[in-house]
Amino acid sequence: MAESHAAPSDSSQYYIPHGSPWPIRASVALFAMMLGAVAYLNDWAGGWAFAPGAVLLAYMFFGWFSTVIGENQHGIFNLQVDRSFRMGMMWFIFSEVMFFAAFFGALFYARVLSVPWLGGEGVKVFTNFILWPHFEANWPTNGPAHVGGLANGEFTPMAPTPIPAINTAILLTSGLTVTIAHHALRAGNRARLALFLALTFLLGFTFVGLQAHEYGEAYRDLGLRLTTGIYGSTFFMLTGFHGLHVTIGAIMLTVIWLRVLRGHFTPNRHFAFEAVAWYWHFVDVVWLGLFIFVYWL
Amino acid sequence: MIREKLAHILLALAASAVTLTAHAESGWNQLNMTQGVTHISREIYHLHMKIFWICVAIGVVVFAVMIWSIVNYRRSKGAVPDVTLVHNTRVEFIWTIVPVFILVAMAVPAARTLIEIEDTSKTELTIKVTGFQWGWQYDYLDDGVMYYSRLDHRSDAARELLSGIDPESVEHYLLNVDHPFVVPVDTKVRLLVTGADVIHSWWVPAFGVKKDAIPGFVNEAWFKIDKDKPGLYRGQCAELCGRDHGFMPIVVDARSKEDFAAWLKQTAAAQKQAAAPATPAAAPVPTAATEEKAPWPKS
Amino acid sequence: MAEVLTTASHDDHDHKPHGWRRWVYATNHKDIGTMYLIFACIMFFVGGGAAMLIRLELFKPGLQFFDPQFFNSLTTMHALIMIFGAVMPAWTGLANWMIPMQLGAPDMALPRLNNLSFWILPFAFTLLLSSFFVPGGAPAGGWTMYPPLILQTGAAFPMLIFSVHLMGASSILGAINVIVTIMNMRASGITLLRMPLFVWTWLITAYLLIAVMPVLAGAVTMLLTDHFFGTTFFTAAGGGDPVMFQHIFWFFGHPEVYILILPAFGIISEVIPTFSRKPLFGYEAMVYATASIAFLSFIVWAHHMFTVGMPLAAQLFFMLSTMLIAVPTGVKVFNWTATMWKGSLSFEPPMLFALAFLFLFTIGGFSGLMLAIVPADYQYQDTYFVVAHFHYVLVPGAIFGIMAGVYYWLPKWTGRMYDQTLAKWHFWLSTIFVNVLFFPQHFLGLAGMPRRIPDYAVQFTDWNMVSSIGGFGFGLAQLLFPYLIWKCVRSGVPVGPRAWEGAHGLEWELPSPPPYHSWTTPPSDAVIARGAEH
Ligand code: HEA
Ligand code: HEA
Ligand code: CUA
Ligand SMILES: [Cu+2]
Repeated sequence: MAESHAAPSDSSQYYIPHGSPWPIRASVALFAMMLGAVAYLNDWAGGWAFAPGAVLLAYMFFGWFSTVIGENQHGIFNLQVDRSFRMGMMWFIFSEVMFFAAFFGALFYARVLSVPWLGGEGVKVFTNFILWPHFEANWPTNGPAHVGGLANGEFTPMAPTPIPAINTAILLTSGLTVTIAHHALRAGNRARLALFLALTFLLGFTFVGLQAHEYGEAYRDLGLRLTTGIYGSTFFMLTGFHGLHVTIGAIMLTVIWLRVLRGHFTPNRHFAFEAVAWYWHFVDVVWLGLFIFVYWL
Repeated sequence: MIREKLAHILLALAASAVTLTAHAESGWNQLNMTQGVTHISREIYHLHMKIFWICVAIGVVVFAVMIWSIVNYRRSKGAVPDVTLVHNTRVEFIWTIVPVFILVAMAVPAARTLIEIEDTSKTELTIKVTGFQWGWQYDYLDDGVMYYSRLDHRSDAARELLSGIDPESVEHYLLNVDHPFVVPVDTKVRLLVTGADVIHSWWVPAFGVKKDAIPGFVNEAWFKIDKDKPGLYRGQCAELCGRDHGFMPIVVDARSKEDFAAWLKQTAAAQKQAAAPATPAAAPVPTAATEEKAPWPKS
Repeated sequence: MAEVLTTASHDDHDHKPHGWRRWVYATNHKDIGTMYLIFACIMFFVGGGAAMLIRLELFKPGLQFFDPQFFNSLTTMHALIMIFGAVMPAWTGLANWMIPMQLGAPDMALPRLNNLSFWILPFAFTLLLSSFFVPGGAPAGGWTMYPPLILQTGAAFPMLIFSVHLMGASSILGAINVIVTIMNMRASGITLLRMPLFVWTWLITAYLLIAVMPVLAGAVTMLLTDHFFGTTFFTAAGGGDPVMFQHIFWFFGHPEVYILILPAFGIISEVIPTFSRKPLFGYEAMVYATASIAFLSFIVWAHHMFTVGMPLAAQLFFMLSTMLIAVPTGVKVFNWTATMWKGSLSFEPPMLFALAFLFLFTIGGFSGLMLAIVPADYQYQDTYFVVAHFHYVLVPGAIFGIMAGVYYWLPKWTGRMYDQTLAKWHFWLSTIFVNVLFFPQHFLGLAGMPRRIPDYAVQFTDWNMVSSIGGFGFGLAQLLFPYLIWKCVRSGVPVGPRAWEGAHGLEWELPSPPPYHSWTTPPSDAVIARGAEH
């Protein structure tokens, strides 16, 4: 990129806080949460063990963001600071993409390599012949030992319709509404902005609701669980982490909406809004990948 | 060359250590890869030496230039820097392209050997090898012979923490087993390698064979021992597999075709009448096959 | 937050927060950099302590000190501590100190994030190290954490997973900060191709970090769910594959090893020109070589897995792609050599470490190339030949790179010159002993000694003794390092802005020690012209 000028814009200096209590609180919160998780998973404590960390974390997020928002409202961030925030957000989203890439990688590996190998294809003829003689490679599968599933080891895969299809429509629409909201913000049409932003996160929460319903069905009737072999593993880990991101995104959109109602953001300075919008589009794109490779193909 | 030189320096430095150890001679000459007793292991050895010498040659040239500069362009000798020398497209091109050719010269024989190794066709005898914590199970699929092979008792006693037994006093310390793996020479033996619990790796340097034993999967490997090379060949598990990873050696007892046939016949008969196929010492090991029939724990 | 707002407006930029707040609430790149470096040094000693215990048990055959399980824990923790606790934080510390100074920036772009990415680390390692005291002991499955073995870990298992998550988060945040700083904080006139190579290599390292740390996080998350929630990613019975983990891990793991070495390349590229009193040879070629190494590092991962039984085509592909890395790396080695050619060399401690790096890293590279040759790797894999290879690139590679950097910039940081004679002792002892320590491991590996074993056959005794003696020597030599720094801070002789006569770069245009905020007013074009010539 072209070299940037530390030149003064609306605020002469690049703003550098002189110390902040929030990051250390964040570290402590994370640590507390992990300790809780360790204690819980090792049966040293009940689920409540998460609570302290979680509470701290929530408090930290609230405090940290209100600080930054406050500073922003005082107009002490110049354009260069704004640019830093944008770049930071973009690279953060990229790291999220790579996180999902790991699980997509697992999905493709299973579908293209390990399951066919167990079925005796390619270099692993004897794997099937000696260890899993009755197994025929197919997808979806819960593996040669029929792990998980119903009593008889069977399960029904998740159909791409109706719910997943509807969810796809919902997310795509929400991508549209958030863009409309953005244009409204640029055009200074606050009413429109508030309306479409609200629509966006409502759609988001609807998505999560439907997803939850789908999960319930899968666990109750389909014999499709996290433990249902490699299909169940990849299905729930991918859709689960995605669902988590939708929830986070929707919450962030709600916060932005509240800020809009408070009259925050100007037509040309609204980093937070854009950051969340980018995040929302990322969640959107990941879903398309999921819909195609997990539900459809 | 560098290696040799350094080796000698090391020898000097190590003199102190020599006095500490009982029989120094045995160890000092252990400097290089074995040539082994199969065509493949020799191929690998020669490949190894070839790359090694190429690297040494490059090293000599590169290091020579470095040393030359260090010696001749010292400030203390009043050297004045030639600050105009900041790049030279020609030399830069040369030292980018020349390595590529060197690499090709290495890759071609490597690929050839690899293709040879991967050719598992026309095998005459197939044996299933299962690694478990901590030992090996050998299963002569066509002949209904099966037995376990574990660290021999003398090593096992001596290797206990502060056992007080001097390893030097145990012959083939850690490289000896209760039941060696019997195979014929001059025969293309195919191994079907798998793991019962965690990943192990079946490695016998003299054959140039190292194959991971992966639970739930079967890997193929093969070796053909020279006709004139019957004898005992030793190896070790080559994948960290838990507490006793260092204590699951492999001993191959290579016999002439006739002796092997005789042994196989006799063992098969013996194992038929004996109810338990396994040696009494051996606890029943879950082979992946039984594992498959076992009802999988529904978590 | 109030206090933040009030301080925000005022412009006395040399005002330091005082007491514990200065460190715990730190947002200043130098304070955070200092904390990173101190943390790294402590971890180097802890991880080194583990290494000493390893060498102690391996001094002679038979088990004298440790239970095999505990030995495996030592090996595993040694590696995790050295890689994630010592080398990576040391690089981030140097980045924090130097990048803003070298780019004419007042500070890092995201100071609060900077604090977070540091302070996560002490907690992460508290979690990891405390696993020594839980039932089942510390993780013992190797730093590579292969399932199914790693799933046999006791109560330490979730501690391992979560500490890896924390380390990952820390590195990702740190990397984001570096990228944003480099892309957005350069003083006008410092174009990308005028940046010092340390900045360049760190920029590329940061991309690698953001690309692969999340993948590692994903991999260990799958381990977690396989262990506790019944997923079967790595279980054949359920349609998974233990080897799948290895693929995902090494997709992270190989770029990771370049994450450990690229910043060292940058430092060497600054030190050699300085003490050759001659601009770096082939600056642009260096930049492109670094970029190609980074690119290639994404398509070579399976060279760690040649024995798992991959299809022939895959083995051939990964062999060739791996060998290819020798080309850009060679370009770097040759450029460094050409920089010394017709130079005017003097041999202060940073230069000495850089020279040792030049020779010994190259040797490590050669053994790496040998490992890339698949049929030969069948014999090398999981032997001490591999251990020798990676220690040559990591210890006289990465660690010496860090030493060179610290000895190069210490006068700038403290405004004082350290005891160069003592530093040369540190250098000579380290360089001699590191070879005594690791060179014999080539022989051991070729002679057939597997790695990750607490006890060995008697014919390996002699070279193991040599290696251990080298190890203790090297370890003791390292004690000079912190002493030397302490002595420098207390009683070093004050130095001017340009501590080394041949030094170029904006950092040398600032006073030593530099002001609390490096460039509150961006450097003038004249200063840049003087500084930014490489
Ligand atoms: C700083 C870290 C670092 C670096 C830089 C490297 C660099 C390289 N490594 Fe290494 N490697 C590790 C850290 C590193 N490695 C670690 C930690 C492991 C073990 C992990 C574990 O299992 O625990 C490992 C293991 C490892 C293996 C797996 C071994 C096995 O387990 O069987 C392989 C195989 O290909 C390999 C190859 C290479 C190659 C080809 C390079 C190349 O980049 C080297 C290129 C450099 C040169 C070649 C020298 C200079 C070049 C010239 C002078 C030009 C002319 C030269 C020629 C034309 C030959 N490495
Ligand atoms: C950057 C990474 C890094 C660094 C710097 C080191 C540094 C050292 N390593 Fe490390 N090592 C690895 C990364 C690293 N290693 C990895 C990735 C593995 C593979 C792990 C696995 O298989 O999973 C490994 C494995 C490994 C092994 C093989 C273990 C096994 O296979 O069972 C050995 C054995 O000799 C070893 C030794 C050493 C030594 C002696 C040092 C020395 O350089 C350390 C020197 C430093 C000190 C000694 C500390 C300073 C001094 C003191 C603490 C004072 C006290 C000193 C005395 C009492 C003498 N390492
Ligand atoms: Cu079995 Cu290591
Ligand atoms: Cu690698």
